[in-house]
Amino acid sequence: MSTHHIQVKVNGAVKAAEVESRLLLVHFLRESLNLTGTHIGCDTTSCGACTVLWNGRAVKSCTLFAVQADGAELRTVEGLAQDGKLHPIQVGFHEKHGLQCGFCTPGMMMASVALLEANPKPTEDEIRWGLSGNLCRCTGYVNIVKAVQQAAEQMQG
Amino acid sequence: MDKTELPWNNPVVEANASAPAARLGQYAQPPLRNFGSIDPYNRISREAKDMIPPPFEYQAPTSVSEALALLGKNPEAKVLAGGQSLIPLMRFRLASPAMLVDLNRIGDLAYIKEGEGWLRIGAMTRESDLDQSDLIAKKYPLLADTTHVVADPLVRNLSTLGGNLAHADPANDHPATMIAYRAQIVATGPKGERTIPASEFFKGPFETALAPNELLTEIRIPAPGKGSGGAYVKMERKVGDFATAAVAVQVSLAKDGTLERVGIALTNVGLVPIQASAAEKALTGKKPDDAVLRQAADLAAKAAKPESDARGSEEYKRALVKTLTVRALRKAVARAQGG
Repeated sequence: MSTHHIQVKVNGAVKAAEVESRLLLVHFLRESLNLTGTHIGCDTTSCGACTVLWNGRAVKSCTLFAVQADGAELRTVEGLAQDGKLHPIQVGFHEKHGLQCGFCTPGMMMASVALLEANPKPTEDEIRWGLSGNLCRCTGYVNIVKAVQQAAEQMQG
Repeated sequence: MDKTELPWNNPVVEANASAPAARLGQYAQPPLRNFGSIDPYNRISREAKDMIPPPFEYQAPTSVSEALALLGKNPEAKVLAGGQSLIPLMRFRLASPAMLVDLNRIGDLAYIKEGEGWLRIGAMTRESDLDQSDLIAKKYPLLADTTHVVADPLVRNLSTLGGNLAHADPANDHPATMIAYRAQIVATGPKGERTIPASEFFKGPFETALAPNELLTEIRIPAPGKGSGGAYVKMERKVGDFATAAVAVQVSLAKDGTLERVGIALTNVGLVPIQASAAEKALTGKKPDDAVLRQAADLAAKAAKPESDARGSEEYKRALVKTLTVRALRKAVARAQGG
């Protein structure tokens, strides 16, 4: 069995572990670190429920091995709220009813955060394009877009 | 498979950010989490165990020569680039390589440079970096169109140009584009570099001209002269899907407005990307009026070898190639006339 020592920074905290090479990043986050906010939706690199930020880029954590994240800075949905205060994207999803069943929400929010950090004033088209790797099976896209728009306004103060 | 074989049963420790990894000791702390009697398999889903790849050795070289040495010594090894096709295949256990040689730690394989008549792109350049390149947006519209429609934005943040080509899935988008561009693919092996024309690179589905001990290291696209333009037109059922069919076109116009050079290639309508040579030939030297473009599109549709599947019937796909070829030609010509 091939195991490797990795050290990653997750939501600001450094974590170290011995991981098997075949351990997927999403399983490392959920099962080893107990960060179950990151969901597994499809297991086929299709749905984006497992989206996390890997060195600032939004990626599908089911399609990256944990060993590849050695030395990386990761952000998950658990890292959004700071000091008990919700992140503007969380406020947006709450106030604009950006979720129905909520399963896709962590991935949607992480992809949105990456989008807004790269492009603070996205048009509606840019939001839809930016979130095109994230599927909502409730088809609640209209309110998801509104949530991102509200967050964009809020983040600009 | 019993529970002890689960890949996530290793302990995790909280570490001091300033402490070097080597000094973290023997993981004296207990695991953060103990599953107790819960079987994670049951908790995730019945099929979850099928979504864990079989064990493999993992190596992450930091230079091309180190990677080549590993490939030379381990003929069973598979190269890991962006991983957005390979990792799903491993999860489905359709691929179970004994070793992965991960190129992601080789920093000098990611670049976009123009000079001496070529655009040179490092094999590990990610799609999102191509998508955000001003140079490519301005001078290489065919490549810009293509990279913009590969999979979805999350996948593009990891997937690489070299991986898209070396994986040689007939549904991948860049192979046709590189054939239309008359691009050269650089393979580096133990004896040095050789270049392979894109039109000779794809040997079959998931099969290329690369030897097992060679790495695809660079892609070279001829820098387009004045009066050049290109376009990639793809029909997909939804964003992120593979092409039902797609057409890549690159043209350059002579001073009198006639077509001087024409490259046309087709995606996902055959076991390999198809160069529509008869259509290219029919256009060369002609004025690009609509009747001429339509005639060429007929020839492109004839060159296609689609198969009926969930994305459409053979007949439909052939008709689609015709329509997409006309659209791609019009767009490419308009761009060539504009710049």
